Amino acid sequence: MLTSRTFLKRTRAGSVMKVVREHYLREDIACGAAACERCGEGEQPCEPRLEAQPSGAASSLCPAPHYLLPDTNVLLHQIDILEDPVITNVIVLQTVLQEVRKRSAPVYKRIRDVIAKPEKHFYSFTNEHHRQTYIEQEQGETSNDRNDRAIRMAVKWYDEHLKKLNNEETIQVILLTNDRSNKEKAVEEGLTAYTCEEYIKSLIANPDLVDRLASVSDEGKDIESGRIIFSEHLPLSKLQQGIKSGVYLQGTFRANRENYLEATVWVHGDAEENKEIIIQGLKNLNRAVHEDIVAVELLAKDEWVAPSSVVLQDEGQNEDDDENEEEKENILKSSINKNMLRPSGRVVGIIKRNWRPFCGMLSKSHIKEARRHLFTPADRRIPRIRIETRQASTLEGQRIIVAIDGWPRNSRYPNGHFVKNLGTAGDKETETEVLLLEHDVPHQPFSQAVLNFLPKMPWSITEEDMKVREDLRYLCVCSVDPPGCTDIDDALHCRELENGNLEAGVHIADVSHFIRPGNALDQESAKRGTTVYLCEKRIDMVPELLSSNLCSLRSNVDRLAFSCIWEMNHNAEILKTRFTKSVINSKASLTYAEAQMRIDSASMKDNITTSLRGLNKLAKLLKKRRIDNGALTLSSPEVRFHIDSETHDPIDLQTKELKETNSMVEEFMLLANISVAKKIHEEFSEHALLRKHPAPPPSNYDILVKAARSKNLEIKTDSAKALADTLDKAESPDFPYLNTLLRILATRCMMQAVYFCSGMDNDFHHYGLASPIYTHFTSPIRRYADIIVHRLLAVAIGADGTYPELTDKHKLADLCKNLNYRHKMAQYAQRASVAFHTQLFFKNKGVVNEEAYILFVRKNAIVVLIPKYGLEGTVFFEEKDKPKPKLSYNDEVPSLTVEKTTFYVFDKVKVNIVLDASNIQHQKIRMGLLEPKILESGVPNQTTELSTNNEPAKKKTKK
Amino acid sequence: MAGLELLSDEGYRVDGRRAGELRKVRARMGVFAQADGSAYIEQGNTKVLAVVYGPHEMRGSRSKALHDRALVNCQYSMATFSTGERKRRPHGDRKSSEMTLHLKQTFEAAILTQLYPRSQIDIYVQVLQADGGNYCASVNAATLATIDAGIPMRDYVCASSAGFIEDTPLADLNYVEEAAGGPQVALALLPKSDQIALLEMNSRLHEDHLDQVIEAAIKACKDIYTVLDQVVREHVHEVTTLLGE
Ligand SMILES: [Zn+2]
Repeated sequence: MLTSRTFLKRTRAGSVMKVVREHYLREDIACGAAACERCGEGEQPCEPRLEAQPSGAASSLCPAPHYLLPDTNVLLHQIDILEDPVITNVIVLQTVLQEVRKRSAPVYKRIRDVIAKPEKHFYSFTNEHHRQTYIEQEQGETSNDRNDRAIRMAVKWYDEHLKKLNNEETIQVILLTNDRSNKEKAVEEGLTAYTCEEYIKSLIANPDLVDRLASVSDEGKDIESGRIIFSEHLPLSKLQQGIKSGVYLQGTFRANRENYLEATVWVHGDAEENKEIIIQGLKNLNRAVHEDIVAVELLAKDEWVAPSSVVLQDEGQNEDDDENEEEKENILKSSINKNMLRPSGRVVGIIKRNWRPFCGMLSKSHIKEARRHLFTPADRRIPRIRIETRQASTLEGQRIIVAIDGWPRNSRYPNGHFVKNLGTAGDKETETEVLLLEHDVPHQPFSQAVLNFLPKMPWSITEEDMKVREDLRYLCVCSVDPPGCTDIDDALHCRELENGNLEAGVHIADVSHFIRPGNALDQESAKRGTTVYLCEKRIDMVPELLSSNLCSLRSNVDRLAFSCIWEMNHNAEILKTRFTKSVINSKASLTYAEAQMRIDSASMKDNITTSLRGLNKLAKLLKKRRIDNGALTLSSPEVRFHIDSETHDPIDLQTKELKETNSMVEEFMLLANISVAKKIHEEFSEHALLRKHPAPPPSNYDILVKAARSKNLEIKTDSAKALADTLDKAESPDFPYLNTLLRILATRCMMQAVYFCSGMDNDFHHYGLASPIYTHFTSPIRRYADIIVHRLLAVAIGADGTYPELTDKHKLADLCKNLNYRHKMAQYAQRASVAFHTQLFFKNKGVVNEEAYILFVRKNAIVVLIPKYGLEGTVFFEEKDKPKPKLSYNDEVPSLTVEKTTFYVFDKVKVNIVLDASNIQHQKIRMGLLEPKILESGVPNQTTELSTNNEPAKKKTKK
Repeated sequence: MAGLELLSDEGYRVDGRRAGELRKVRARMGVFAQADGSAYIEQGNTKVLAVVYGPHEMRGSRSKALHDRALVNCQYSMATFSTGERKRRPHGDRKSSEMTLHLKQTFEAAILTQLYPRSQIDIYVQVLQADGGNYCASVNAATLATIDAGIPMRDYVCASSAGFIEDTPLADLNYVEEAAGGPQVALALLPKSDQIALLEMNSRLHEDHLDQVIEAAIKACKDIYTVLDQVVREHVHEVTTLLGE
């Protein structure tokens, strides 16, 4: 019986208003030790976590078996160490957990993950509710001191409790604390206490772990070099007061990628004024790091500065020359234009750090035998970090991960510690790992917890499954995909009905049958959000068993599907739409080329081919209608690498070729998505997951319109339809590639399409597809949005049950936010992967000369596109250590005149392409102009004559 | 930054209870001599006093009298000092009126009113200290007071709240848990017959979870019943020994 249990009740009082809370103390909280027979007989026995014979690394300080008990600061700062497999059998106190939770959400998440791993043998002990370990705050005692005392109390209790076990050897509990007075008090009380450093250094045969110790400045260390560089950060309470009264502004700190001495702070809130504040100079930046939430104070108007256009990389090796810095800061100030002055400020305090582990490379100290080295992050917006390591020589030339621990006032750089070595820089595996990490793509192998939710093999369709499904195995269904596709999520069919109408069907892998709401598999897929396709690697959203087997609609096997079936007349007008869960058996997995061949073949008349021809005929009609409605057909130069199957090096690039069958499949997918969007919105007006594509603001089209005008073409942009029509007409007989270029440019003017929850928005329009409503239904193997849409549709047709999160629009909105973020990052990662492979390709090729077209002209450069490689690059006209040519830029046309040569958008040029590997961390493709030659003013070109057969160049001279 | 953790991974609530556990209940009957029945109850830090008068003749307008049963007249109020912030609480504010109505419904269902046609039973409840579950404690106190007054009831009426946090139903919410704004139900139960006298729910709860939460509330009500029954038996024992002397 519950209430008869002996609880002792105490109350705590606090805050200004007297608050009385009950605090129950219990006797049924287990100590967590496996050897203990006295605990764990409560109603909810928890399995003992701490091993009877603690395994783990042997320590020279305490050879006897022991459990570790870290205090709050050790846990906060040394989480990297605690995560290491060597460290096991750790007691985490509730007091510590609560403090960590308050102070750092990421660390709290990490320690929770560690506690959840059975092989780590971490036990969290609810000491604050244990009758014998709870203590009350004494008069005059700070809450920090009280917590330290509570931690010592728990250690003492454990010591005595474990002594009573019938173990051969008594297990000791070791308090890990870096706080000197806490440690002294513990020793006085007869407890065993070490600093984290002492303990880690005592571990036999684990020297690497020492490097990963966070360098937390204890009192003593701070005084080492006495010069104070930065002003003090104000405490949070003062910042909050200041923000409330308007003295300070709160915002997100964004470091400048090009200039390490400059940053902008985006002020939170709706205020029109002072939205963006410039911070210039080391002292004003005051140790803020990119993405931190900071408080800034505005400077007086006469101290305001202008955003500088200077490029400054922090290249200093010696950390003590801040005189140099002052010089550099003066460079910034020297070139001030009065009109350009912007609100400027200085950082007075940090509201929240947003530090993450950073990828980058070690810049080894020039001093031999030095242990302190600077680390240069790959992200230029992150300052260099000082780390202490004994393996500098091994780490040189490697990509490594480093975490920031702190940034004392007397230090030019933040202090950090080494976390992980990713491998040699430039290696394909290493670079792939780096780009995945830097784009926050979750790519760890799926955990056991996730894999546990996979169906057991051999898998077969049960009668239970068939109850809610239609048997469509008799239909002549086939799939059409790119060659080598193993995750087939869609298949199609088309047949003539007895009444003369056509029936067309889209069958999508029934992933939501396998991924049930809320389990670990579902959570992991939701977190990943999308499968990421890199040039030579695919990071799956769902485990391979599903993506490439059970959910993949391969030919000649029974597969579960979600089908969308239309009855259409021969004009492709929809007469009836229905949705059903089904079982299909695909008759063929074709590539686009194979499908095309069948359609074109005069002799083939089998069922599959007839089905394909029917689909193709309908698709053409559907497409025409869509285009007539104003849908856009834009293009982006898509490039595929031919990768050598042995060395995995890219050997050739090829732009993707589009066949009629590509557009056939696409057309039916669009139709299915639109039909499903309508259905789920009908059923769930408040929580349908939809996808919209907002119309771009008119100003976005400026470049396109101007560029077209320079070629005497008119592009109208008042509506999608007008844009589509004028793009179609924009042809030049002597310049066939022009139309493609215009479409590429038009793509750049577009907005991002995004997922959203229908209850949180009222604009649903999809601009690019000219559809009033749209969603994603057709790729549930590689997009999580589609899984949610499947679930919604299943509920709508009564094929599956609902669950709470599905009908919670706020949760759905949060999910959309994550999905949009993951899709964006996946896109960036993909681009980075293409860029890296392009570099590899050109590395092997040496210098290459190619024809290119100008896409944009900038103030000091032109951006060109090389159609052959789908490669875009920038040709700069100003080079280091060379006399600068005379440049004049005309924004109206737009055009750029270099000396006497003028460049317009879409001009054809010839460039050479070289890999610039001077900076290993940031290798890049460099392009130089070959044709037309730049005429130097006054002096005729000495080397070669201007190639007169260059057509665009001729045009210019005429103007 | 981080909100309060209402249920830790280890399964403890903010005040140290497990999900299904009640707060400590203490109760006394017969605290006032001049009333027909009275009782005082503490559920954790929620403290409630209930007083019952009747059954007696109709007071005031006789037109309200019911010809086939007794009229149950309830009044719920909160003491000015009952919350951390002192506040004058005029009679008949919205919250109190609502509570009054709920109590009336609950006790009309439980008292055998048909035994006293054309008469009136008054139940006055005052919350002396509020720390969550005010309605429930009021019901429990009023049950004891009604028993003390010797008014026949179908059964005890036991009430308890239940909430739903982190996919777990929590019994007997305290103020902190209530203030978190999650879904919560208040349930008044006639425990022997498993009949529900009143069920109220706040905030959204998916129907999949409703059964679980109600089950938790029912279990809590039955636990309350065990305690109340004990209190009544002890009280009766006390009184009889006094009489016996
Ligand atoms: Zn024990």
